[in-house]
Amino acid sequence: MTNAIEIRNLTKQYRDVLAVDHLSLDVRRGELFSLLGVNGAGKTTTIKMLCCLSAPTEGDAFLLGKSIRTDATAVKSMIAVSPQETAVAPGLSVRENLELICGVHGFEKDKKEAKIAELTALLGLDAIMKKKAGKLSGGWQRRLSIAMALISEPEILFLDEPTLGLDVLARSDLWDIIRALKGSVTVILTTHYMEEAEALSDRIGIMKDGRLLVCDTADAIKAAAGTDSFEQAFIKVVKGVRA
Amino acid sequence: MRMLTFAKRNALEILRDPLNLFFGLGFPVVLILLLSIIQANIPVSLFEIDHLTPGVTVFGLSFMTMFSSVIIAKDRGSALLQRLYTTPLTPLDFILGYTLPMLPISLAQSAVCYLVALPLGLTPSVNILYALAMIIPVALLFIAMGLLFGSILTDKQAGAVCGSILTNLSAWLSGIWFDLELVGGVFKKIAYALPFVHAVEMERALISGDFAGIFPHLWWVLGYTAVLLALAVLLFLRQMKKQ
Repeated sequence: MTNAIEIRNLTKQYRDVLAVDHLSLDVRRGELFSLLGVNGAGKTTTIKMLCCLSAPTEGDAFLLGKSIRTDATAVKSMIAVSPQETAVAPGLSVRENLELICGVHGFEKDKKEAKIAELTALLGLDAIMKKKAGKLSGGWQRRLSIAMALISEPEILFLDEPTLGLDVLARSDLWDIIRALKGSVTVILTTHYMEEAEALSDRIGIMKDGRLLVCDTADAIKAAAGTDSFEQAFIKVVKGVRA
Repeated sequence: MRMLTFAKRNALEILRDPLNLFFGLGFPVVLILLLSIIQANIPVSLFEIDHLTPGVTVFGLSFMTMFSSVIIAKDRGSALLQRLYTTPLTPLDFILGYTLPMLPISLAQSAVCYLVALPLGLTPSVNILYALAMIIPVALLFIAMGLLFGSILTDKQAGAVCGSILTNLSAWLSGIWFDLELVGGVFKKIAYALPFVHAVEMERALISGDFAGIFPHLWWVLGYTAVLLALAVLLFLRQMKKQ
């Protein structure tokens, strides 16, 4: 299996804060890779650099062979992001939000209609297509946000805290949707929820102070930490370095 | 095409807000009606309809600054802009996408002002069309201020600065509501060093058919427009980079 993402010594320095410290990592095509870490670990900064939203201070990353430093246009054409906060146009209807993303990606009318129909069915948006996005509940806004990310047919999808603040049912629904993407789209997921990372991920990377402490399957991380609980394993990994 | 999709979204977001419609269209119309009633009871040369309408038309454009600054600031505050920055939209697409939809809205607002003034006694002539055509650089001036404030302020700050401070400045320093000659001194000098009174006097000259009278006011308007647009573009690009 080839790599979708190859990160090499990626570093981000903000004045006196080293947000990401010489991160090197490979993510395989079709893999669902989770980045975990406490606040300020460097997860979101890493995602921002991979999405060409923030320039690295040092190092580079290659998304399907394209450099984030020198080929940002090509990178942007094959990625999509569902940011941590809900990223929808509140005054537009659900359908208009989907049309907006189709339009900014330059889809022809036929392709636009086909993609909207496909994503509407996949995410169960039929009943709310005419509703204004700003009037939807948090769960439905997240679904729409993910639909907007998927509609551009990304080869790599970044999901930044996709279930933050959702109730148990809405979270379970979104997990099903994310699981359905496995294999066809490379997904990079950041989350604070241990059970989410454990349930969904092929592999998990744990970051602290901008550095990658561990990168392995959930089972391997638990085994290495000598515990059956992934949460305990995470705590041991993070505290182990502190000690 | 991509830019137009984004521009359409911005126009929809602005036009679907009932408060925007009230301030954009309703408020200038109310001012024209109210001051015409006062003029009918207590004649004041300043409020004669041929004199008043160009002033209110220019004053109404200060709301365009508020609309454009608030939508940009809101987009910056939400994750929508972050999502759109990861699409193939270019910086030019963003700047044009925020600027262009404001032009037809500004023209529509000005046209409504002149149309309402016709049954109130505004002299019907082709000069109204000239005044409408020359409102475009004035509209660009106010839109540029919107792009500028939207790039540096939060949506609440933009609402406060543009909704109260700028509207008051453009009201006091434009010679619409009182004759600047009556105040004179430093106040008059400041007013004539700013573009608002020049925009009003240019429109008044056009409505009265005194085409030579648009100078030097047109140069003031064009000069301020060029400088503010350049500054707005620089500040927008700076915040885009910071994102």
